[in-house]
Amino acid sequence: MSTWKPLSGTQAVAEAMRQINPDVVVAYPITPQTPIVEFFAQYVANGIVDTETIPVESEHSAMSATVGAAAAGARVMCATASQGLALMWEVVAAVPGLRLPIVMPVVNRALSAPINIHCDHSDTMGATTIGWIQIFSENGQEAYENMLLAIRLAEHPDILLPAMVMQDGFITGHSVENVEIFDDDKVKAFVGERNPDRYLLDTEHPYTIGPLALPDYYFEIKRQQEEAMRQVKKIYLETGKELSKITGKEYPYFESYKLDDADAAIVVLSSTAGTAKDTVDKMRAEGKKVGLLKPKLFRPFPYKEVRTALKDIPVVGVLDRSMAFGAYAPVYAEIKNALFELDKRPKLQSYVFGLGGKDIFKSDIEKAFNELLSGEVNSEEERYIGLRG
Amino acid sequence: MTEKKGWKDLMRGADLPPASSLEYKTGSWRTSRPVWDPDKCTHCMFCVAYCPDMAISIVKSEEGVKGFNGRIYKGTVRLETDLDFCKGCGICVHECPTHAIEMIREEEATSSK
Repeated sequence: MSTWKPLSGTQAVAEAMRQINPDVVVAYPITPQTPIVEFFAQYVANGIVDTETIPVESEHSAMSATVGAAAAGARVMCATASQGLALMWEVVAAVPGLRLPIVMPVVNRALSAPINIHCDHSDTMGATTIGWIQIFSENGQEAYENMLLAIRLAEHPDILLPAMVMQDGFITGHSVENVEIFDDDKVKAFVGERNPDRYLLDTEHPYTIGPLALPDYYFEIKRQQEEAMRQVKKIYLETGKELSKITGKEYPYFESYKLDDADAAIVVLSSTAGTAKDTVDKMRAEGKKVGLLKPKLFRPFPYKEVRTALKDIPVVGVLDRSMAFGAYAPVYAEIKNALFELDKRPKLQSYVFGLGGKDIFKSDIEKAFNELLSGEVNSEEERYIGLRG
Repeated sequence: MTEKKGWKDLMRGADLPPASSLEYKTGSWRTSRPVWDPDKCTHCMFCVAYCPDMAISIVKSEEGVKGFNGRIYKGTVRLETDLDFCKGCGICVHECPTHAIEMIREEEATSSK
């Protein structure tokens, strides 16, 4: 039997961690991630989980200890946001190359400067090219379920890559909603135990991890890493089917909402997709055919499937909650990439919104939809929602 | 380590089988080599401890070996430097309390032989 609990998004992630019961958790407090580790530390203190937590003095040390424990053979988790991710970056970038299946929830927060504690995606968008699996979550419920998916993906013997599970700082991270927590036994059976094929504490079978690799081997190792990433899409769907048996839900690469016959569509990640769905409903009721595509699996990016989903839509607007200064915004760039193969492509418009936690309203999204429907778009121009002129 | 493996044949994530550095002969990096004079050696083990490449092997010797001042040194004694692994850093020369080791240019060593 599942249980409905009033949980914040961060608490929902802590619930997933309780059920996963990792061997080791190492994290350093950073707003707005802190409640994840606070809630989880209570489970540790109360003996509800068997996890060992390691107090550290910084995120760089947190990820370093995580790497050490994962290499030793443990199932290990970390958690971070924004400046924390930035501080641990050196080690974060090393994890995929070491092929350690670390799962790390990230509660998206704007990156300094100016210093800001609120939501945008500039923290994890800076980490899209280094080889972590990335899954974005619309709400606490999705964040909880994505954690369960992530641990299975990361530890799959054909993958063995780290995974980040994102949700929006404060907007979902600190907001309490009803979250359905599935039966402990079923989830534990789904998650299983980490069963590494080799680990450093196995002294009977020694091996070397993390050696120097110069021009004669570095490239080959990186090509291996890409091969592992290419396995993710298939295993994501397979694992999602397995999770469906517990949750009754589906786990596609992205959510399509009233997209099939749409005259205009918006692509947007995470919590704003919820606002956009409301807008779609309102506009549909008024006879305007609009739809939404909400990417969930962002690394690896499902180019082919996104292309198929958007190919017949006359005009598509992509809403990014971060900028890629001097380049197309991160989600927009992926959508534009995905559509290149088509002979006849949708018209495109890039919008940037909500930096540093600036609110976006249904009226803003409706305005964007109306602009898209008018056809007054320019695929080479970046437009801004909610920016004072 | 003769034929380099392609990406499909390497161990995952740059992991390596154990003790593979034994196959990697770093002696070819050397431009100078240490020459050890057993007659000046007290077998104090300083060179053995300081050698960064473990290139000086040791053995137990019951009967002992002749060394400094013509004495017989028994117990743990050092052997010749293993030139397959000695990179020629000269640390052993610097540390030796009895000046039993000297560095010579590699070309001197090879031409005199």
